[in-house]
Amino acid sequence: MSPAEGSWWELLGRLVRGYDQSLRLGHEAEVRRELQEQEDIVLLLLFGEAMGLPNPASYYTLELYPALIESYHEWHQRMGMDHSPLDHIRCC
Amino acid sequence: MNAIWLAVAVVALYIVGWLWYSRFLAERIYCLDPRFTPPAHRYRDGVDFVPTNKWVLWGHHFTSVAGAAPIVGPAIAMYWGWGPALAWVALGTVFAAGVHDFGALVLSNRHRGQSVGTMANRLIGRRAKLLFLFIILILILMVNAVFAWVIANLFITNPAAVLPVILQVPVAIWIGYMVLRRGGSLLVPSLIALVIMYGTAILTTHYEFLQIDLVRWFGGEGETTALFGLEATPASFLVWILVLLAYVYFASTLPVWKLLQPRDYINAQQLVVGLGILYIGLFVMQPEVTAPAYNTEATTSWFPLLFITIACGAISGFHGLVASGTSSKQLDKETDARTVGYLGALGEGTLALITIIAVATLFASTAEFTDSYSSFAAAGQAGVGNFVEGASQLAGGIGIPSDVAATIVALIIVCFAATTLDSAVRLLRYIIGELGTEYRIPNLTRRHVATSLAVGLTAFLVLVPDGGEGLGSGGYLLWPLVGTSNQLLAGITLMLISLWLYRKGRSPIPTLIPMVFLLAMTIWAMTEQVVLEWSGLREADAEWLLFGLGAVILGFAIWILLEAVRLFRSRDELEALRDPADEEPERERS
Repeated sequence: MSPAEGSWWELLGRLVRGYDQSLRLGHEAEVRRELQEQEDIVLLLLFGEAMGLPNPASYYTLELYPALIESYHEWHQRMGMDHSPLDHIRCC
Repeated sequence: MNAIWLAVAVVALYIVGWLWYSRFLAERIYCLDPRFTPPAHRYRDGVDFVPTNKWVLWGHHFTSVAGAAPIVGPAIAMYWGWGPALAWVALGTVFAAGVHDFGALVLSNRHRGQSVGTMANRLIGRRAKLLFLFIILILILMVNAVFAWVIANLFITNPAAVLPVILQVPVAIWIGYMVLRRGGSLLVPSLIALVIMYGTAILTTHYEFLQIDLVRWFGGEGETTALFGLEATPASFLVWILVLLAYVYFASTLPVWKLLQPRDYINAQQLVVGLGILYIGLFVMQPEVTAPAYNTEATTSWFPLLFITIACGAISGFHGLVASGTSSKQLDKETDARTVGYLGALGEGTLALITIIAVATLFASTAEFTDSYSSFAAAGQAGVGNFVEGASQLAGGIGIPSDVAATIVALIIVCFAATTLDSAVRLLRYIIGELGTEYRIPNLTRRHVATSLAVGLTAFLVLVPDGGEGLGSGGYLLWPLVGTSNQLLAGITLMLISLWLYRKGRSPIPTLIPMVFLLAMTIWAMTEQVVLEWSGLREADAEWLLFGLGAVILGFAIWILLEAVRLFRSRDELEALRDPADEEPERERS
């Protein structure tokens, strides 16, 4: 390919990218906003307790309580603790 | 006369406007300063405030402001012949729309990227906020009603366009999810969307069983149906309106990235593809202009109705909302405002121009034109249909069969109008909510209450006007009200820009002249319509709905004029517009 052809090709590529970008501009902001919101929710769930917010996840994990309670009891005894170390999970 | 000359003459004027007038505005009036730090840099957040290349921003601004309105207005205004419509589009774009869009962008850029509404609120206070909200409320309601009417009519006259329009919805949702999960370029998926839609349009044009033709399903034109005893056409209209409103209800309550934004993206492609095809078709076909330059048989005077019939395409307040709402937050340099604002307005002008040319070259003879545009009411009813036919004739220039082209043009207009409906109902919901907060009616702030009210009001407005042929024949009657409220919005923005220029000791003449002209034309046209036409004082019967709405708009127009006069006289209140960010380069210099 000659240099002239190369630059034409490059120009066309730049035009297509610019065109795509101009059409996407408004769209991108909304997508970023949505992704940011989803990320905010995840971070809040992970670190909310550190900021003094009660973690709603522990409320929902209560549903797992009956399924996990036996293996949990065995686990804390294996770890050398006679009683459950967590206030909100009492197994014995 | 060869229609190319019309295009060449107007585009030449646009180029002159761009090269000289916009430079004059940039250097002498708006005094753009490359050293000013735009909000996109100052408040950069990666979401709303993002510095963007000026050509990319221009493309986005242009595709956001251009839609179905610059097609509907000029297609109706062809009633007075192509001369008045072309002159208003050409001069309006260069001396009014360009100045307005460019100015709104600069003003917002100098005021931390605030919108026109917020700035009006700061300057005039709560009164202005309510005035602003009510004008937008009326504008959006009218736009909703007229566009719902346009869509229902196009579905009835072009049943082949229905299926591709419906297909746009799942395709858009697919694109929306793909972008959210994967990101990256949208060019290929949206081109695939276009291929699917246009491919379906070709199939539906050729195979009748793929056309969703309600009139035929109801037994054919003139048949009485079981639906309230309506005839087939009004019954089809009623069904389409109900389907549309149900769609709009659900679409407008979804997050924007799911449906609205990807639809916009596909529509922007359609706008570019459509404009390209029509202009290439014009140059290949070189059609003769068959419509008269001035329709001597017009019984309704063009003055001042022309100026409210064509709003988008000559000057439109809606552009100020886009310029100050989103584009101003993305300017990389203040000097880019000239390209984005002024050239964006010229872009829409080219859409209005091709609309005029498509209709002006459609008819085989002047007699045929006079037949179609026999009265202003007939023009309202036939305008969009004439554009569809005229545009399909131009598309023939690049070898697209005219019946397929007609389906695709109808499809494009419906897509534009449906997206506007979706975002308009959304906006209406916010405004109703805001009015609820303002007047302490908490129920109005609920999403579904506000949306139901928005959709209900739209349904009422589109079903009530009667054009003389039963249900669905009178939606176009609201069009002059769309133009009027749009021009009033432009009037407010021009007033704010003029006040800003005045306070800075610069000449506000370039913005004051279009402002006074717009307000004068609006007040004149509304007085004539409200006092003489809709009140029933002349021969026609009283139209109480139009009378009420028109009277409210007339009141608003006079209100704005009074506020403008008061503010120009009071130096103290003008100081309220002062923004510390605005003075930054001057401070640095001293």
